[in-house]
This record gives sequence, structure tokens and C-alpha cells, in this order.
Amino acid sequence: MTPDLRGPELAGKEAGTENGPERSNGDPVSAALSVLAQTFAIAAEPTPSGTRQRTWLDTFDWRLNRAGLVLEYEHARRGGRLLLTKDDMTQAEQPVSGWSPTRPQLASDLPAGPVRDQIVKLASPRALLPMAKAAGRTSVTRLLNTDGKTVARLIVDRSSVTSAGATEGLPPRLTIAEVRGYSGQARRAAQLLAEIPGVAPAPDAFTEALTAVGRHPADYSNGLDTPITAAMPAAVAVATLLLRMLDIVELNVHGVLRDIDTEFLHDLRVSVRRTRSAIKLLGQVLPAGLARQYAAEFKWLGDLTTPTRDLDVYLLGFPGMADELVAASAADLEPFRAFLVKRRAREFRKLTAGLRSARFKALVADWRQELTEIRDGGGPRKHRKLTAKELAVSATGRVFRRVAAQGGAITALSAPEALHDLRKRCKELRYLLEFFAPLHDPEAYRKVIGDLKALQDCLGEFQDSQVQRVELHALADAMLAERAAPAATLLAMGEIAAGLVLSQGEARAAFARRFARFAGSAGRERIRVLLEADQ
Amino acid sequence: MTIYATYNIKGGVGKTTAAVNLAYLSAADGYSTLLWDLDPQGAASFLFRIKPRVKGGGKALIRGTKALDDAIKGTDFDHLDLLPADFTYRHMDLLLKSTTKFAALLKPLAAEYDNVFLDCPPSISLVSENVMHAADVLLVPLIPTTLSVRTLHQLTKFVAGFDGRRPAVRAFFSMVDRRKRLHQEITQNLSAERTVVSASAIPALSLIERMSVERAPVAVFAPRSQAARAFRALWSEISAGDAASSNGLGPQAVR
Repeated sequence: MTPDLRGPELAGKEAGTENGPERSNGDPVSAALSVLAQTFAIAAEPTPSGTRQRTWLDTFDWRLNRAGLVLEYEHARRGGRLLLTKDDMTQAEQPVSGWSPTRPQLASDLPAGPVRDQIVKLASPRALLPMAKAAGRTSVTRLLNTDGKTVARLIVDRSSVTSAGATEGLPPRLTIAEVRGYSGQARRAAQLLAEIPGVAPAPDAFTEALTAVGRHPADYSNGLDTPITAAMPAAVAVATLLLRMLDIVELNVHGVLRDIDTEFLHDLRVSVRRTRSAIKLLGQVLPAGLARQYAAEFKWLGDLTTPTRDLDVYLLGFPGMADELVAASAADLEPFRAFLVKRRAREFRKLTAGLRSARFKALVADWRQELTEIRDGGGPRKHRKLTAKELAVSATGRVFRRVAAQGGAITALSAPEALHDLRKRCKELRYLLEFFAPLHDPEAYRKVIGDLKALQDCLGEFQDSQVQRVELHALADAMLAERAAPAATLLAMGEIAAGLVLSQGEARAAFARRFARFAGSAGRERIRVLLEADQ
Repeated sequence: MTIYATYNIKGGVGKTTAAVNLAYLSAADGYSTLLWDLDPQGAASFLFRIKPRVKGGGKALIRGTKALDDAIKGTDFDHLDLLPADFTYRHMDLLLKSTTKFAALLKPLAAEYDNVFLDCPPSISLVSENVMHAADVLLVPLIPTTLSVRTLHQLTKFVAGFDGRRPAVRAFFSMVDRRKRLHQEITQNLSAERTVVSASAIPALSLIERMSVERAPVAVFAPRSQAARAFRALWSEISAGDAASSNGLGPQAVR
């Protein structure tokens, strides 16, 4: 047998009738065997049938799936085996012991080996979650030619699937395994199976397992992709967008509370920031008073999450910071890292208390109710004539003009605060463009976003360096106060601070060029084309 | 990749049964294994129920118009493939222009196979010389007779004369009839005298002849038989690789 060559897979479907489920032609496996027996002699494989337990893994945001990869863990009596495939072709496999897929673990915690090598960059800093589990029995029947030679094998897999607590039996899965040098016979056998009524080509095992428990690959993303249309009343479009953002907040709460990986909090925060921007820039179409009330609530939520995220960013960037040290050594920074870990644990407790609070629960429930009423009821009467497209054009145009004015006023002598303010405006503009992306011409949109992103990166580098430098100082003070700061550590932190000054200087030097590209005459023209095309 | 070749100038000494059973045991141990049935009679192919036919014949393989890889067939057993015989192999001598052609043809298979077994036709010819140059270990079945022993001596001398790379020679007694005094004397004396001869011997058993009826290695249809045990003991000895260092011929170690 050539184990890696597999013919098309077919799933036996059980036909239903009005009187309830009834199997077509009896058991699909018996039907398959009787059809195959007309062309081949058949014999049971002498080796005993095996049980097979598999767990499919991916990150919460399906990073492997989006890259076309499927990661599977096959359980064995001792340890197991990780198998990475793309389009059914094996990319890498690795035996693992002392590692179990039953609970989420960071991709970087995978044991060293070829599978880890291929996915660690793609998946980090996320954890690998068990997305679906299948367990079942496999039986093998040999198909023989007139010499009694095995020319193909029929593999029957009867499995049930577990995902998120739900268990579902799958239709039997029939696979024709090719024997090297006898591909014609394997094709013939697969063709015979395909002609049996009730036997249909099976989707890949992972997709089938997910479908059986009511899920599908890539069923989470933090993208907005809402079904808004240009002619929709503006309030309905805004409520639709805000509901989608609320969904993302809620979908991530569980992962934040369990501290599965840092990106649950990141996605939650992005959604909170988007919500705050939408309330600020588009809230005028919502019922009176609603925007002001919820702006305060979402500010509270944003502030609740900031300390933990800041410390996450530090800890995620730690290996990079340590690598850049010239005078100090990475070991010098260890007390600093330990301090950050301790502080994060403290801040994380405050965060989880907040996310479990009645205030948070009320915020989510009430906000959902308000938004649902607007979406389903059409919004305040006085704004009903305003369309989503009109709102998009006016709001985007207004914020772009603000960006152009503020950025144009910045000189080499301007205070850092001026750049910080501009960064906020740019973020607002970016969010507005993303909110209304379905209404924009894709090509014009792509050009504007590209330039804006380059400007935002530059402003982000400038501000992050500044903020981190100030924070580093505050953390050093706090470490000294707690007598947790050896001199070598403080010196190493000083070196990091010096590096941040350099990065900030480079970002400042790049600003004028990036801004000119975005808001200069060509940039203005790109925005004009985008908004005019909308009109 | 280790290349084993079952070879003897004489026919009917148990080369094919050894090749088939040892290749099966290698695969059963989890080694990816290929058996090349070089004998135009195609007995090994027959035993695995595979038609003794290669598209384009031996000519296509030797000239490289068909890669060995494309002619390989899967047997009924995990990890074991077979390159079938073809009746045109009887003309192989005429196609070979050097003694190293087989070694070159087999080289690309190293990525896929751990062990390769070559089942050679009896005779001394350019085909057998190619086999000797390609092999890491020559497995020589010996019927315990004075003439067989003389043949082994000739063979070891011949191999010792190779320049550079030389295969290890590992002989073993085959078709041993314990009722015959001569068989007993020769097996005892020679095994003691010459470390090139394996301690494990294959007895003459009707069960081994039955392979041609069952068309399978003995370990498949009679796994607990004396014959199966004998082949297992021989394979254990061979796969341990002690032949290479102990035959006194200075051959290369088993890779």
C-alpha cells in the first residue's frame, strides 16, 4: 500500500423520507461493497480495523485556514502526530509527546519540529485551539484482480464529531486508496462508488466535521464586512455597523477571560475603538442623547482594557527589545520582564472583574437592544431621508479636510502633541473608510487606504516610541519603589529608552514625505475621485 | 539506503525465496523496501501476484527512457514495493556497457527506500557484476555441498579483487536437510570456520515450496512455522549488519 496516495473520498448519505430517515439502498457501505464485488474480488484486510481519533487545530481567527493549511493532531496510544496539509498534500508532519491539543496552547509552545517551523510565524502570537474532534473506527477491504493481487483498498471511516460540546455522527466516509502501479483500478473503483445512488463526493474531513456541528471554516474574523447598501437609511447603516462591532466585542470576551492569547483583547479593543469613533463621527443620526450616553460607557470599557494591553505589547515585544541591546545583555532585562509579568497579572484581575461586572453586562445588552430597534425600525424620523452613501461622503470628506488642515500646520518645530492629535484624526478617517468600504469603488478605495496606512505607520511609530519612553521611565520608578530594580536592569532599560529616541527621530524625519503623499495634490485628487465616485 | 542482493552462480538454491521473505520482513519492520526481480523467469513477481512485465522492457529501464520509479508496483504489504521482472531481462547483458549502471539507476531511489533487495538470475555475467557493484551486501544462499563451498570461495575472491567499493559477502545455508549427514557436517564445519557464513540457516521444508501455491511470503500464511522463524532469525542477523565487519574481506560497512 502506498499510504499517501488517496483516491476521491465519498460520503455515504442517508436519504430522508417524509416518514423519517431511511437509508438508501440499505447501508451505503453494503451498497458500495456489492457494487465493487461485481468488478473485483473483495477480501477483508487481515490486519484488524483501527480506531482513529483526530483533533483539528487553528487559531481563533483561522490563520491557518486563511493560508490554505489544515493542521490535524492524530492521537496515538503514546503521544500523537501533527500533520500539516495544504490541498490534501502533506506539507509537514511531526510526532509529538507531552503536548495535548485538548486545551488551547500558544503556537510558540509547540514542540520543535517541521510542523512548528512552518506555522509558528503565521500563527503567533495566537494560541492553537481545538476546532473539532472526530473519533471513529476504520475498516479496510482489499479489492483484488484475477490473480488475487490487491489493486486498491476501500477504507471505511465511521466517525462522530465533537465541537464546543456538541457531538454528531457523520455519514460513513468511503475512500479508495490507490496501490502504487495500479492507479487505473483505483480510478475504476472510485467511479463505481460515485455511481451508487446516495453516495456523494465528501468535502474534506475537517470541513465535514465542522459542518456537522453547525460551524464552518473562517466563521470568525474581526473584519466589518456588513451588508450595508448605499440607499439604506443612514441610521440603519450605522446601527448595522455598530451591531457588527458589538458582535466582535462579545465573541472575544470568553477568550479574554480565559486569557487564551493576547489577541482576543486586541480584537476586543479594536472593536471598542471603532465603536467610539462611529459614535463620535456618525452618532448624529442616532436618537437624541444615545450617542452621548454610550460614548461615556465605551470610554470606560476602553480605559478598562488599556493597562493590560499596554503590558501585553511590552511582553510581546520583549524578545525583540532584548535582541537589540548592544551594551547590556538580555539577561539584564529579566527582572524587568518579571516585573511586567507581575504587573500584568494585577491589571488582568482588574480587567476580568470589569468584564464580569453588571455594568459591562448591562452595556452590552442595552446597547444591542437600542441598536436592534434602530436597525429594524429605520431610525429617528428626522434622519430617514439621509442615505448611507450621503452620510459616508459628508463624514469622510469632513474628517479628510481636518486631517489635511492639521497635518499641513505641522512644522519641524511643532510639539509632539500636534502629531498625536493628527494620528487620532487619521485613525478616525481610516475607520470611516473601512465602515463604508462596501459603498466605495474598490480601486479608488485601495489607493486611498494604501497612502493613509503609510502615514499612520509613521505617526504610530512616532507616538508609540514617545509613549513607551515615558512608560519605561514610570516603570523604572515603580521598580525602584518596589526594590525590584538591579542596576544592570536599569541600565538595560536606559539602552532601550535610547533606542526609542532614535526610532522616534526616524519617524519624525519621515513624516513630511508621508504626509505630502497622502494629503498633497495627488492625495487630494485620490480622495476626490473616491467620494465623487460614490456620489 | 542499503542494497542487498541475493546471488549465486547456481540456480535452484533458494535465492528468490530468500529475497521475497527477507524483503517482506524488512518491510514488516517498518523499513520502506523495494524488491527488484531481475530474473527473467519472474518468480518473485509471481510470488507477489504481480505480472512479470515492464512497459518498454529492460531496454527502457537501462537506457533511462523509463525511470525505475515509474515501473514500481505496490505489493499487498505495507512498505513493500516490487519492480517486476520482464522476459526481456534475458537480453540485459547486451544492453549494459559498464559494471556500474545498476548503481547509477538505483541511486535516485535512496530518498524513498531504506532497503532494496535485488533478486538476481543465476549465472556470472555483466548483470551479476552490476549487481555486485551496486550492492552493499551480497546474500549468498549455499546448499551444503562441497561444490557450493568452492563457489563461495571463488565469489569472495572475485569480490576482493574489486577496486574501491566492495560489497560485504554474507552467505547462509539454504535448503538444509538435517537428515543428510553431509549437510550436517558441512553446515557445522563451515559455520565455525568462516564468519562470512551466517549462523542462521534455512532448512529444506515443504512449507517453503508451498509459497508458490500460496503466492505469499511464509510469514504471511504460516507466521509461526519453523520456516518463518528461520527467515526471521536470518533477517535479524543480516539487519544487525555484523556481516560487514566480520567477514575478513575488508568490505565496506553496511550503510
